[in-house]
Amino acid sequence: MDLFSLVPLVVFFPVIGLLINLIFGQRLGEKGIGIVASLFPALSFVVSVLLAVALAQNPEGRTVPFLEWINAGEVSIPWAFQVDTLSVTMMLVVSGVGTLIHIYATGYMHQDVRHHGDPKSYKRFFIYFNLFIAAMMILVSANNYLMLFVGWEGVGLCSYLLIGFWFDKGKDGIGNAWAGKKAFVVNRIGDFGFLIASFLLFWQFRSFEFSTVFEQAAQAPQSVLLAITLFMLLGVTGKSAQLPLFVWLPDAMAGPTPVSALIHAATMVTAGVYLVARSHPLYIQVEQAQEIVALTGALTALFAATIAIGQFDIKKVLAYSTISQLGFMVAAVGMGAFVAGMFHLVTHAFFKALLFLSAGSVIHGMEHGLEHVEHDQRLRRSLKGHGHDFDVQDMRNMGGLRDRMKTTFWVYLIGAVALAGIPPLAGFWSKDEILAEGLHLNIPVYILLTITALLTAFYAGRQVFMVFFGSPRTEPPAHAVESSPIMTIPLMVLAFLAFFGGLLNLPSLHTFTDWLMHTLMLEEAGAAEAVGEAAAAEAAFNPTVAIISTVLAVGGFALAWYIYRRVTERQKSIPPARRPDDPLRPALGPVFTGMEKKWWVDELYDAIIVRPYKWLSQFLADVIDWRFWHDWFHDTVIAGGYRRISQFLSEPVDMGVIDRFANRLADSIQSLAARGRLIQTGFVSSYALSVFIGVMLIIGYFMVRLTIAR
Amino acid sequence: MVPTAYYIILSAILFTIGALGVLVRRNAILIFMSVELMLNAANLAFVAFARAYNLVSGHIFVFFVIAVAAAEVAVGLALIVTIFHDKKDVDVDEISSMKG
Repeated sequence: MDLFSLVPLVVFFPVIGLLINLIFGQRLGEKGIGIVASLFPALSFVVSVLLAVALAQNPEGRTVPFLEWINAGEVSIPWAFQVDTLSVTMMLVVSGVGTLIHIYATGYMHQDVRHHGDPKSYKRFFIYFNLFIAAMMILVSANNYLMLFVGWEGVGLCSYLLIGFWFDKGKDGIGNAWAGKKAFVVNRIGDFGFLIASFLLFWQFRSFEFSTVFEQAAQAPQSVLLAITLFMLLGVTGKSAQLPLFVWLPDAMAGPTPVSALIHAATMVTAGVYLVARSHPLYIQVEQAQEIVALTGALTALFAATIAIGQFDIKKVLAYSTISQLGFMVAAVGMGAFVAGMFHLVTHAFFKALLFLSAGSVIHGMEHGLEHVEHDQRLRRSLKGHGHDFDVQDMRNMGGLRDRMKTTFWVYLIGAVALAGIPPLAGFWSKDEILAEGLHLNIPVYILLTITALLTAFYAGRQVFMVFFGSPRTEPPAHAVESSPIMTIPLMVLAFLAFFGGLLNLPSLHTFTDWLMHTLMLEEAGAAEAVGEAAAAEAAFNPTVAIISTVLAVGGFALAWYIYRRVTERQKSIPPARRPDDPLRPALGPVFTGMEKKWWVDELYDAIIVRPYKWLSQFLADVIDWRFWHDWFHDTVIAGGYRRISQFLSEPVDMGVIDRFANRLADSIQSLAARGRLIQTGFVSSYALSVFIGVMLIIGYFMVRLTIAR
Repeated sequence: MVPTAYYIILSAILFTIGALGVLVRRNAILIFMSVELMLNAANLAFVAFARAYNLVSGHIFVFFVIAVAAAEVAVGLALIVTIFHDKKDVDVDEISSMKG
């Protein structure tokens, strides 16, 4: 049997799962929903593995047509699945990491049901989650840009639904709903770019299909390709949270933690990277576009890393870290190091999902601790205020969790070290590959990314030391408990992957490079040559780069240890009221405030976009629409003019001419009739007389005629 | 044998009496009787000429007239009875509700 033809199942399994939960969810109960929701992504994963096995034998891959989708005139767009090493890599990541997160979420969301007492939300959550897997699978398995767009919008929808999952929570009770809306609106700007790029593609190539487009890419004019690639970049900045559209991702942390792990760290946000890698034959043609993509990625990486240092919310740190790491990937694919970018995508999916899920475990532990404190009369006083005001996600409230949550601590440490890029963990290999490529292809990007690597190690260390080391800063962490095995087992699997993920593409073996080269080399000669060059560069493992980045990573971690262990210990002597919440604050001064306030980007956007936009819409609504259009044009011009015309028609024309004629006619007939009725006297004899006279006259007439005739 | 002219003169006298009766009388019954008189004057003229010229058509006409007159009596008397029922009077000058 041809294993390739199984590919529609990767989309259909999650759809079946969500349908089962949608229809029978109520009867299945919490356990049943969890099993169904986790089983079907797992089946997708099995299918993906089978596809990978098939690809190992026949690495060229194949397009599996499924049905005629759009057929109008010369436009013919099939719904066909692209099976090649690139798409199957994404499928494996999405379904593999996705399944682990589903399993974790069955445990995580159980707490939600317990705390909020709403069992229906459990079902809703897993329906959205399966829908997300299905949409993501459509995105990665598409063989044309239009089908990819369906998946692209589908994951955006799921992201929106899941960010606002607790839509009644957050600031003023609508904060989470606002966050969802913000993500949706910002993504819409990116989608606009993607749509324009798709239209341009169709206009230039008369097709949406990857193979057709890429074959002709070399013949297309430079300017058109530049426009296509730059508009596509706008889509990438939206979906993959790059400058300038990254602002939605930190707010997206309002969603439940498994959502942050699956959608906003491991899979959906990497769609932009996948898109650039998929469209590499276009990007290779235009050097300026590559330059711009690489710089966007590198600047985002550095910018987000600086903000991550100043955050106190455990998830916000990870969110900015995600943006920063996505910057790494975008920079890599921008430079032409497609394999390195994809490699980092895979390892990042492992360690960032791990970090997010561990952070969820920490939050759970904190919530347990908080509950314990709230129910203890003596400890309660330490809370200062109501339990609801206590922020369980604030790292300033944590500390010393190492002893209370042993498993979580170890997996978190693995994730953080992998993120920091310390060998031999996964993050080191992929990041090093990008840096080596950078030195070869684009020096400014290399420098930016190297600085970022230092900052990355620093904030990763800062987080570990603030959360797990030292003594508890408040009461709840002192009473935290470890999460249930259903949550910790997926964590251990992910920790294993984050630890050994680097084995995928060891510098001397190039398993992953060889694997992806089948897809990235298939294109026509020019592109293949360029990719081949890049591959040659990848082949050269640069020991200098490796040593520099290792030193920086270890140095960053050590610096974090020094500041957050040593300096914090020393500051213990200062009375709590004057003790700084972060040792960096007095040292860096306004710079730290800038980092903490996210460099006022949200405020800047609010000032230059949101407020003028609101003012403009107010103006348009109030002045243009209401006063000009409604009051003046409708009421004065149209209604007034109409009234005047009808007045003219009714008074002089209708009443003066038509009515007068009709009335005169009626009047004259009436007066005639008034005279005629005088004859009708009512005396029968007079009628008889008139009949008699009439008869006489007629007879007389005939007699006269007869007489004359004779 | 009586000459035809006498019949015609008698017929004319009867017709004139009938016509005058219709014009001058006010009692509906009398007007009605006068109308009958006029009809029979005409009948007399018909049969007189029929006999003079030895034609059957005149006789046949008279039969028609008598039949129509009978019908007319039925309708006319019914009208008069109804008017009397309504107005307690058969004076035609009083019946002027259709006056213009």
